[in-house]
Amino acid sequence: MTELALELIRVEYAYRRDVALRGVSLQVRPGEVVAVTGPSGCGKSTLLHCAAGILRAQAGTVHLVGQNLAELPEADRTRLRRTQAGVVLQFGQLVPDLSLTDNVALPLLLEGHEREAARRAALGWLERVGVADDAAATPSELSGGQNQRAAVARALVTGPAIVFADEPTGSLDTHAGEQIMELLLSSARVGGSALVIVTHDNLVAAYADREVRLRDGVIQHEVSLS
Amino acid sequence: MATAELVLGLLHNGPAHGYDVKRGHDAWFPDSRPLAFGQVYTTLSRLERDGLVEVVDRGSEGGPERTVYALTPQGREHLAHWLAEPIQPALGAVDEMVRKVVATIRTGEDASAFLARQRSSHLRRIRELKAVESDSDSSSWLVRDYMALHLDADLRWLDNALDRITEQKETSR
Repeated sequence: MTELALELIRVEYAYRRDVALRGVSLQVRPGEVVAVTGPSGCGKSTLLHCAAGILRAQAGTVHLVGQNLAELPEADRTRLRRTQAGVVLQFGQLVPDLSLTDNVALPLLLEGHEREAARRAALGWLERVGVADDAAATPSELSGGQNQRAAVARALVTGPAIVFADEPTGSLDTHAGEQIMELLLSSARVGGSALVIVTHDNLVAAYADREVRLRDGVIQHEVSLS
Repeated sequence: MATAELVLGLLHNGPAHGYDVKRGHDAWFPDSRPLAFGQVYTTLSRLERDGLVEVVDRGSEGGPERTVYALTPQGREHLAHWLAEPIQPALGAVDEMVRKVVATIRTGEDASAFLARQRSSHLRRIRELKAVESDSDSSSWLVRDYMALHLDADLRWLDNALDRITEQKETSR
């Protein structure tokens, strides 16, 4: 059996006053595209943050490429996240003072790659996502769409098994949003990465192989779209 | 559907016979049901009777007779008027979906399974529309965008319905 890219088993998470996840189980196969949808406050972003190891599930388990996040020492968990999980947020995830090249090279540098090799790989990705001409610019000098392209490059530069995208088109107009979605899908396909997209936008959800709809912290329904 | 006016539109760029009209229509609306030959010829005869088109040639070139039609000045005027006039906003093809949900609830059944199935069917259709390669065709993307955005509006209605029905179930429990 092929190892799952992601497996959540009865994951629970509560903020100080609100219960966000009430025992959610989910499996994502390698290369699969899953849309997590649902009304605001249904727990979809919390689900993504628990799955990506940004938040720690308070109950239940999260397996990323077969490894139980809760059982890994902190350093190993960080390393696993950095190499196997790419993250694309709505905006603001690039380091403001760094050029696009350095932003995209960052995950490789943190992994101990040699500086020139990391920059070359970053440039290759910036070219693939169509912002190579702005490689030397900092995020504040560029549009939201251009920054999202760089964010996609940064999420994929390590060749992760899975990419988590939280409302990746949320700050863009329809046309730029479509371009980012197509880029995200084609880039994930190149490396065989699975993709989990949290979205409230039906037109974005329609790109997925499967829709998982949450309501009040539980899965309301799950349907195949392919 | 305004088949008569569309046929006038298809004759706008010059005279054509029925087969060209049908082919033109299907090229304009590649994701819709193709126009039936029977409908093309009935429509052309009616337009001729009303003085909106006229026969300009009946050549057969050794094959079956091919009547060539052209717009008359009245036809051109009718078309211009039709193109300028906004349509009456009304419930379209999806009203069957609304009727099914109302009927399900009125007969005391649980509509949530149907709503979830309809939701995935709508999402699948949007996915198909998006998978069509954007080509040099100057207008088919317009139709696809129109369809996708209307399906999106339906999906919002489906989501609201699903949420409200779930809430009702929870409060009555």
